[in-house]
Amino acid sequence: MTTIVYVPRDSSALSLGAHQVAKNVQAEAAKRGLDVKVVRNGSRGMFWLETMVEVVTPKGRVAYGPVMPKDVSSLFDADFINAGAHPLNLGLTDEIEWLKKQERLTFARVGITDPVSVEDYLAHDGYQGLKNALKLSAADIVKEVTDSGLRGRGGAAFPTGIKWNTVLNAPADQKYIVCNADEGDSGTYSDRMIMEGDPLVLVEGMTIAGLAVGANQGYIYLRSEYPDALVTLNEAIANAYKAGYLGANICGSGKQFDLEVRRAAGAYVCGEETSLLESLEGKRGIVRFKPPLPAIEGLFGKPTVVNNVISLATVPIVLDKGGKYYQDFGMGRSRGTLPIQLAGNVKQCGLVEKAFGVTLRELLYDFGGGSASGKPIRAVQVGGPLGSYLPESQFDTPLDYEKFTEIWAVLGHGGIVAFDESVDMAKMARYAFEFCAIESCGKCTPCRIGSTRGVEVMDKIIEGKDHAKNMELVRDLSDTMLNGSLCALGGMTPYPVLSAINHFPEDFGLKKGQVA
Amino acid sequence: MPLLHAIQDDLGYVPEGSYPSIAKALNLSVAEVHGVVTFYHHFRTHAPGRHILQICRAESCQAMGSEALEAHVKKTLGVDYHETTKDGAITLEAVYCLGNCACSPSIMIDEQVCGRVDTVRINEIIAEAKGA
Repeated sequence: MTTIVYVPRDSSALSLGAHQVAKNVQAEAAKRGLDVKVVRNGSRGMFWLETMVEVVTPKGRVAYGPVMPKDVSSLFDADFINAGAHPLNLGLTDEIEWLKKQERLTFARVGITDPVSVEDYLAHDGYQGLKNALKLSAADIVKEVTDSGLRGRGGAAFPTGIKWNTVLNAPADQKYIVCNADEGDSGTYSDRMIMEGDPLVLVEGMTIAGLAVGANQGYIYLRSEYPDALVTLNEAIANAYKAGYLGANICGSGKQFDLEVRRAAGAYVCGEETSLLESLEGKRGIVRFKPPLPAIEGLFGKPTVVNNVISLATVPIVLDKGGKYYQDFGMGRSRGTLPIQLAGNVKQCGLVEKAFGVTLRELLYDFGGGSASGKPIRAVQVGGPLGSYLPESQFDTPLDYEKFTEIWAVLGHGGIVAFDESVDMAKMARYAFEFCAIESCGKCTPCRIGSTRGVEVMDKIIEGKDHAKNMELVRDLSDTMLNGSLCALGGMTPYPVLSAINHFPEDFGLKKGQVA
Repeated sequence: MPLLHAIQDDLGYVPEGSYPSIAKALNLSVAEVHGVVTFYHHFRTHAPGRHILQICRAESCQAMGSEALEAHVKKTLGVDYHETTKDGAITLEAVYCLGNCACSPSIMIDEQVCGRVDTVRINEIIAEAKGA
């Protein structure tokens, strides 16, 4: 009988040696004359246990981790293909607390299936959403998405259904679906995990979006820093074409949808939707004025849906189980679940998909297990490089778009980066300006010039030169950037800067509790 | 952009000498081609070393000590960012997030991401790159 062994092909697992682990498993099995088939899956998202190897047993999948390439022969010695005892044995994967406590909707299949196999996808409830969508009118698909309460997971949290409705009602001979896979925020990797772990759910979501608004062409704009995701996506798309789920006649419905991956080229600002469209058109990624909205005049001047990977990858479950089912998760106006990414100085980093309402403290301590260094967590940055820094006193804030707005913070794309007490917040504020200066597209003055001046002012503050005057200046500059920038890059750089000053004044040469 | 990627994938950079032919093929001015190539961090206009080493400078990696790693690499290689070692083996670049934030600090050598990199590991990576 063939034993199936899963070894992830997720690039974080690869960064810890998963390819070598897979090779060693195959070599050892051959050497010992065992009938073992290695399947490369996505990651379950428990990165402190990567490379996590799973073996299929009659009782279920049994996990071993973290497996280093050198551990493989000892796993065979311990008869791991029959769930044998070994110091790295983690028991049944489904019984691991960390996974059991989650509500995985968008990530339902990630780490479980072979990402590029249409057959495996179908065996795990894949393409149920598309099947339902093909029976509905375009307006009814949009209604289902609107009813689900799904909001843009890229960060702006704009209701997906309303965006789709605008495109549906915009008359045009050609419309486009564009997937924003330019996941540039530090501390985020959920888009990558979907594209490497379950790319077909994204393909299905984009196909449904095409049916909903009347678009027959889709593009995935993928950041160039993700070479592994490119390979996986292209394999999955080719397989979907072969199986008749993409192309001129989707599932024999007579409807067409074509899909192509386009590589970005390392510009953070291209995660902003209008500069992304410029870049897709082959130009420099300079931000456009809005209006017109991309939903009216988007790619090549045509009505275009621009959605983040997670938003589109969530659409299939909405169409499968219904808008009401999805809407029942969450709190307030934040409906459904959020794939949260724990990063930075956290002991147990990884992907946690939970309904909105979970608190930072639960995530950092119950899931994360505290800091990796063992020192107290002093600050967390939520929502990428343009998100606010939060102090320990705000760790009980529930994850909810509106609750975060109340404390002048953002959820963004759900990335949480933790810092222990060794962090110097003045340096982090300086870095925020520096990053903005490097990545500014240069179109608007507050961002282009303001960011460079910001670095200079922060340098003076750190040196202690004209301290009071420069503290006032940094606030004044931040105010200009907040109110005068064209897009979120310049407009939100003051979030990390001012939150750092407000919550950690002692790092800026001020007394604790003193407001500059 | 797909054209520029193809050129860089083949040659390792986009030589300025190729601008006129690109411009002609796409019905653009040479200035427009220059504008696009230089806008994006990914494209380079000069030949790199045999290997490209990118160090992540973003927040998550900073939280796990990437600053010390950067300093160590710059000292070991004797180059700053965007420079190539004298033996032509390694070009050093900064990168802002490799999406490997659960295993910080991260680096990328050519197209391979490496996580939880300490000075011992980076020395191995450098030695291997110099030897190959």
